[in-house]
Formats: sequence, C-alpha cells, structure tokens
Amino acid sequence: MRLSSWRLLGGVDQQLLHTLVGILAVLAVASVVGLVLKFTMRSAAAEGTIRNLNQRLAAWWWMVLIFGTALLSGEIVSLVLFGLVSLLALREYITLVPTRRGDHRALFWSFFIVTPLQYWLIAEKWYGLFAVFIPVWVFLFLPTRMAMAGETEHFLERAAKVQWGLMVCVYCVSYAPALMLLPLPGAKAGAKLLLYLVVVDQMSDVLQYCWGKLAGRHKIAPLVSPNKTIEGAVGGGLSAVGLGILMRGLTPFSVGAAAGISAAIVVMGFAGGLTMSAIKRDRGVKDYGTIIRGHGGVMDRIDSLCFAAPVFFHLVRYFYTP
Amino acid sequence: MNFLEKAAARAVAGAAQFISGAQARWFGDAPTTEQRVYFANHSSHLDFVVLWSSLPPEVRMTTRPVAAADYWSKGLRQWMACHVFRAVLVARATRAAAAEALRHPEQGRKKMIDPLLEVLDSGESLILFPEGTRGNGYEVAAFKSGLHTLCVARPGMKLVPVYLENLSRVLPKGEVLVIPIICKVSFGSAMEMRAGEGQEEFLTRARAALCGLRDA
Repeated sequence: MRLSSWRLLGGVDQQLLHTLVGILAVLAVASVVGLVLKFTMRSAAAEGTIRNLNQRLAAWWWMVLIFGTALLSGEIVSLVLFGLVSLLALREYITLVPTRRGDHRALFWSFFIVTPLQYWLIAEKWYGLFAVFIPVWVFLFLPTRMAMAGETEHFLERAAKVQWGLMVCVYCVSYAPALMLLPLPGAKAGAKLLLYLVVVDQMSDVLQYCWGKLAGRHKIAPLVSPNKTIEGAVGGGLSAVGLGILMRGLTPFSVGAAAGISAAIVVMGFAGGLTMSAIKRDRGVKDYGTIIRGHGGVMDRIDSLCFAAPVFFHLVRYFYTP
Repeated sequence: MNFLEKAAARAVAGAAQFISGAQARWFGDAPTTEQRVYFANHSSHLDFVVLWSSLPPEVRMTTRPVAAADYWSKGLRQWMACHVFRAVLVARATRAAAAEALRHPEQGRKKMIDPLLEVLDSGESLILFPEGTRGNGYEVAAFKSGLHTLCVARPGMKLVPVYLENLSRVLPKGEVLVIPIICKVSFGSAMEMRAGEGQEEFLTRARAALCGLRDA
C-alpha cells in the first residue's frame, strides 16, 4: 500500500510524512538492536549501559511520535508544543538555581506572561517584536520588577539567573518553531526546516554519544561533561554533517551549504551541551530532571537545540529570504 | 467518603502531583498503612496538600492533615478541607490565642491537642507541622511543644519526619500566585519518644531528624 493512499493522511505534506516514517523506521531498527543487545550481553558492566540505551530508545519513540504529530498537525500545534517544552525547561532550570522570595512575581511573569507572549508573536508572524521582545523589553522590565519587590540581597546574581533562564529556555527555544514565520518558497517550507534542524541537532547528540561509547578515549572537558570525548565529538559531528547533506531535500540548501549549515548546528549544539552541563556541575546535579526516562529532564534533551536554533534561524534568514 | 469525594481526592492528588512535580523519596522504611504521625517543615499553605498527595493512595485514605482553620474555612477551600483532604482544622496560634493560653495554659492546650488525639484513637494517621506557623522557607524554626504533648498522651506513637523542599518557592507566605517549581518530598525513618526523654531533648532530636533529610 502506498503511503499517499492513506485517506486520513491525505491532506498532509508527503515529504514531511515520508521523512517522519523514515525516522520511525530507523528507530525500529535501533530498537531491534537494543533488544538483541539486551538478550545477548552477559557482562555486568555493560548491563547498565544497555538498560539505559533501551530506556532512551523507548523515550525516543514517544518524543518522535509527539513531535511528528505536532508537525503534521500544523503551525499552531507545533507552537503550543514548543511553548510547553519552554515552560518545562524553564521550570527545571529555575528549580535548580536558588531564587529568593523577592523573585516570586518576576518568575510568575516569566512563566505565565512572557513565555506565552513570545510564542504568540510567532503565531502573529511579528518578527520585529519577536526578535527583541525578551532581550529588550523583558530584560529591562524583570530586574525593575525585582527591584520593586525590595529585596536587594544578591540582586545582580538573581536578576542574571532569571534573565539567563528566559534567554536559554524561552528565547532560544522559540527560534526553532519561528522558522515557520520565515517567508520561504514552497509548501510547509518552515515546518521542513524545523524538522531538518531538530533531526540534525538531535542526531548529532546521538551520534556523538555512540561514537564516544565505541571509540571514545580522550576526554574534552572532564570536569564539565565527563562523557564528551574528542573521538565522539569529531566522529559524531562529521556523521551528523553527512546526515545533514543527505537530508538537504527538506531545505533550499546546496550540498556545500548543507554541509556548512549542518556543521554550524553541530558546533552550536556541542556548545549548548557543554554550557548547560557547566550549570549542572555548578549546582552539583547530574540531570536537570527525571521527566524523560533514560535521558533526565527536558533541558538535558534540548540543551544543544537551545544554542543551535537561533544560529540556524539567522543563517537561513540571512542567506535564503528576500 | 462517598464516590464523589473519593474521585475528587484522586483528582486533586493527581493535580497536586502534576503541578508540583513532587518526587516522593522514602529514605527510611517503605510506605505503610500502619498508624503514623508525619511531621514536616512548614513554609506554604500547599505543604500538606503536596505531602498528602505524595502518599500512596491506600495510605492517603487513612491520613488526615492538620490545617489552619482561618485559611481553610472559606468557600471551596472549606469543602476541599472537609471532604477531600478530611483535614483536622485547628485555630492558628494568634497573639490573642497566645494571651488566652497564657491565662489558662491547660485549657488552651486541650483545645489544640484533643481533636488530634481523637483522630489517633480512631486509628488514622496525622500530618502535622510542629513549627506551628509557616516559616520563610530558608530555615526550620524550633518546634512547639505539641508534638511532645501528643507523644506523652499516646506513648509508643511512631513519628515519621518529612522534609518538604521548594514549597516556599511555589507559594511563599503572603503570596497568592503559584509558580510551577519542582518540589521534593523526603520521608525519613520512623522514630518514637524514648522512655524518660525530656521535652526539650525530644523536640531537638525530632527537629534534627527532619533537618537531616534536607541534604539527603
């Protein structure tokens, strides 16, 4: 049966649908490998790694299904999904950094007014305000609100913590669905770019993890992120660039441009993983949360996306929009 | 409890778990349906809601929180307190009440403790906050004598310390707006008053057991 003959999915974009089915097929193969490893491996040392691998794979099924459904359902559903991801990430981040009584109202604004407004601006396709709303308006307003609360102890530190949280969890993450507001030719061009970004970015993480587990010898930053190795970063990064070239059909990129832009996603993703790890080490925890079994928190999963999304957006906007 | 109340209790517990993201961690014994007095640090009106919802459903059914009568005696809150949480409402230690208690110490204490003893005699468990009033969330205040009085009246009673983390950040004292910070609920090992243990000594030991869970 041809996929295009499915009546329910008749109205959706075929290229998006085929790419998503392809991802599910890869996931199915990976799950079979995970099961084989589970039943053939006998050493106790490998057991933990394999259990974690299978937990991660199970979570990936959920994440791909949720993200895929949102992407196929249209812009508004995708925006709501990313808005929720922002809220969950911000919640994990704020839980981890100590705040004081005087920050309460500023935090309320951050969660329930700033975050929804930022995503509403994307729905309105109001790029001019989307790009400056948090860095100009909110970054000036929130410290003022905190000063009005009257608590001056550690003021600069507290203001910086709230601003950095909004910057990473809301402003940066919102750049991913904002791809849908770019005036690009072609049906669902923004949604396809969003899929491209998320696949290259997340697969870069996965491939770096696999290369690191198989060939990793030299640690890059043992104090900040003990699992990152030179072999993992280089091998995984180059593999992700290869994947980016293969998937360029989703984008307006030439082969060379796909390589360059994928490399930018990989490098920024690596920077995001490292930076968000440094915050975890500073607070003395291993993960941001426990909401995604095997992975940790939402922030552990999207740390690379936070840094890659804005850079990807601005590269595409600069080179590919009129 | 009728069906509606049971369903409401399930729904409220589920919602409290979802919103607070509360993670219950049992460091001492596994959860039990046997009679226990859970005592916790107090910094928010949501304290008992989150503690209560962190208990396994069968334990929750026979555990009653002690809550401030003035806050929980109005409208929907009152219905929730009486029918969903089945709270034991006690008058808060106001200045007037304290003055009254100074004049008639025995009578004041009886008024506070008697409703709690009634619950214990019916075989149910209690959740209470021995600091007596909500703190700022940064430190745990010295315990009031109530916990000791209870143990003297019902010797051998098993007490479980529970440390609540981040509740003061979700809904601090004097605030009406809630923010969704993830909470942690840490249950310690059961303890009881030793024979011949003085009030001061016992309260200090109980408070230390509670604070010990903070960094666990």
